[in-house]
Amino acid sequence: MELTGAEITVRCLADEGVEYLFGYPGGAVLHIYDELFKQDRVKHILVRHEQAAVHAADGYARASHKPGVCLVTSGPGVTNAVTGIATAYMDSIPMVVVTGQVPTYAIGQDAFQEVDTVGITRPCVKHNFLVKDVKDLATTMKKAFYIATTGRPGPVLVDIPKDVTTARCEYVYPDKVELRSYNPAVKGHAGQIKKALGLLLEAKRPMIYTGGSIVLGDASAELIELVHALGFPVTNTLMGLGGYPATDPQFMGMLGMHGTYEANMAMQHCDVLLAVGARFDDRVIGNPKHFFQEERKIIHVDVDPSSISKRVKVDVPIVGHVKDVLGEMNRQIAATSQKPDPAALKAWWTQIELWRARDCLKYDRSSPIIKPQMVVQKLYEITNGDAFVTSDVGQHQMWAAQFYKFDKPRRWINSGGLGTMGFGLPAAMGVYLAHPDAQVACVTGEASIQMCIQELSTCKQYRMPIKIVNLNNRYMGMVRQWQEFFHGNRYAESYMDALPDFVKLAESYGHVGMRIEKPADIEPALKEAFARKDQLVFMDFITDQTENVFPMVPGGKGLSEMILV
Amino acid sequence: MKHIISLLLENEAGALSRVAGLFSARGYNIESLTVATTEDPTLSRMTIVTSGSDDVIEQITKQLNKLVDVVKVVDLSEGEHIERELMLVKVRASGKDREEMKRMADIFRGRIIDVTDKTYTIELTGTGQKLDAFLQALETGAVLETVRTGASGIGRGERILKV
Repeated sequence: MELTGAEITVRCLADEGVEYLFGYPGGAVLHIYDELFKQDRVKHILVRHEQAAVHAADGYARASHKPGVCLVTSGPGVTNAVTGIATAYMDSIPMVVVTGQVPTYAIGQDAFQEVDTVGITRPCVKHNFLVKDVKDLATTMKKAFYIATTGRPGPVLVDIPKDVTTARCEYVYPDKVELRSYNPAVKGHAGQIKKALGLLLEAKRPMIYTGGSIVLGDASAELIELVHALGFPVTNTLMGLGGYPATDPQFMGMLGMHGTYEANMAMQHCDVLLAVGARFDDRVIGNPKHFFQEERKIIHVDVDPSSISKRVKVDVPIVGHVKDVLGEMNRQIAATSQKPDPAALKAWWTQIELWRARDCLKYDRSSPIIKPQMVVQKLYEITNGDAFVTSDVGQHQMWAAQFYKFDKPRRWINSGGLGTMGFGLPAAMGVYLAHPDAQVACVTGEASIQMCIQELSTCKQYRMPIKIVNLNNRYMGMVRQWQEFFHGNRYAESYMDALPDFVKLAESYGHVGMRIEKPADIEPALKEAFARKDQLVFMDFITDQTENVFPMVPGGKGLSEMILV
Repeated sequence: MKHIISLLLENEAGALSRVAGLFSARGYNIESLTVATTEDPTLSRMTIVTSGSDDVIEQITKQLNKLVDVVKVVDLSEGEHIERELMLVKVRASGKDREEMKRMADIFRGRIIDVTDKTYTIELTGTGQKLDAFLQALETGAVLETVRTGASGIGRGERILKV
C-alpha cells in the first residue's frame, strides 16, 4: 500500500524504535504532526522553544544508549535548533533531527519560513540530507540513523519539503544500508596496540587520560580493568567524568583549566601518556608549547583519525573503537608476564600523593554565607552519588564537575565542547524520560537557567520531577571571575540585575520553589526536595558572590601554571 | 609546501560545498579547485591544489575522508604524478606585435583559437608554472584577459584512483 511522506516519516521513526520525539509544530511539518496524532508508537514531547527540543533529545541520548530524535519546522524552527545541533555536534552525540522545509517548487524563492537548512547546518552536523523525492525518504531516514550512531557519533539532519510529506509511494524500511563513502567500523591495529603496551610497561611515570568516548563508547568496564591491571593513575576530561569511578584511589580527578593540581601536574610530568577518546583541546592541555616543554611518549586511541595528531603530535596512534582497543590491551596484559617497574611506579605515586596533599579543592567550610561548593557536596551526599546531574555552563558547571563524584558513566550530562548556557534544564527533561525512576538534578546558575527557563512549562505538562539546584550569585560567575583576574575588576555587564523571584516563578509554572540563604539550610532543603518525588523543585541557593573556581589554568598558560586557592 | 589532492566524491547536490566549507571553516588554503563528473556518472572527481605544513596536509586529508560524501582521497604529491592546467589568454595582436605573438604561442606550444584583426585568443595547457612562465614572457600591456581552469592531476603509471 502506498503511504504519504508524512506517514512514512512517522513509520520510519517507529520502526527505528524511537520512543520519544522532541519537537514543536509549524506549517511545514503539519502533515507529519497529523500522522503523529493518529498513532501511539512514538510519543511526542512538546517543548516551548526548538533549542530545548534538541537539548532534550541530546540529554536523552547521553543518558541512554539510543540516539536522540527531534522534529522542528522550517525557517525559525531550524535556526532556533541550530544551537542545540552545534552543542550535540561538539560533544559527538548521536542524534537525528527531522526538519520541515517549504515545498520543493518554492525552494529558492524566499518563501515564507524558508531558510537554506542544509546550508546553515552543514558545519555543525555529521551529515545532512534534503529529501526531494518521497521514494528516497525511507532510505534516507535509515541512513541518518546509521550515520548518527556509528563511528564517531554525531547529529544528522533530514530536511523534508512539505510536498514530499504529501506525495505517496510504497513504504519499505530497509533493515540496513551501506554507503560506499562511509565505512566507520575499524578495529585497532594489533601491532600498534602491542607497541603501545611495550611503552606502557616500560614507563617510569605513566599517566592515563580519558575523554567522552569512554562514556559514549561504553568502555568503562574495559578502562577500569586496564587501570587496575597496570596500577597507573588516571584522569578524566570534563566530558569523560564517570568513565572511571571518581571514588577509586587511582582516580586523580578531572584535569584541565579547572582540573585538580595532581591531575594537571601528573599530566605535565609523565613520561608515557595513554590518551583514550580525548582530543587534547585547549581547555585540557592549555598552551601546547608549554605542554611540550616536557618530553613524553604519547599513545592516542580514538575512533576518529582526524582527532589524532590534530593539536599534539603523537608517537603511537591507534584508530579504533575504544572498547575494542582497551579490551585487546587487557587481553595482551593478561597474556604477558611483564609487569610495570614497581620501584618507579612507587616513586611516581609518592610524588602524586605530595601533589594531592595540596588539597587543591579546599574552600571555607565554616563560612556564614553559602559556598556553592558545599551545595554540590551536599547534593552528592543526599543523592548517594547516584543521581543523573545535568548542568549549564559556567562556575556552577565546574563545581559540579569537581565536587560531585561520578562513579558511573552517563550520569554527568553537560555541554563540554560548545559550552551552551541553557542546556541544563531541557537536557534534564531528556534524562528524566530515559530514566523515569532515577533522581535527576540540574545544577545551574541564575544566568544560565534563564536561557531556557520556559521549559518549566514543559516540565509541568509532562510531570517531570527534576530538582533544580540554582547557585545564585547574582553574577555571570565565570565571566566575573575572568574580569576579576584579567580585566582589572571591571565587571562589564556581568552583574545579573532585575532577577525574578525564582520561588514565585517556579510556583507560577505550578512547581515548588524554595529559597535557601543559610549554610545550615542546605541539607534540609535538598532532603525535602528529593522527598517530593513527583514534583519539580526549584531550589534557589543564595551563594557567595565572589567565590572563584580553583585551581585555574589561565588561557594561554601551561598546565602546571595553575592559580591555586 | 604545495600539494595536489585528488578526491572522488558522490555526484550529489551540495557535495562541492561540503568540501569548500571544510576548507574555509578550518582555515585551509585553496589555490585552485576543479571538479567534474567522471565516466561513472554517480561520481565526481575533484582536484584541489593547497599548501601547508605536513601536519596541516595530514589534517586536510583526514578531514576530507571524514566527509560522508567523499569516497576516496589521495595526495598526489606523495608520488609520481602529472599535473595539467588549461589557460585561455586574449592578447593584443596588431601591427608589428602580431607576428611576435604568433611566435610566442608556438614556442609555448599554444594554439591560437580565435582571431580578430586586433587580438588573438591563445589556448595553452601545461603545469601551473608553465602557464605562469608564458604570461611573464608576454609584455604586460599585451595581455587583455586570462582565464585558467586550475590544475587537474593524475597519478603516473599504475597509480590509479578508482572506487
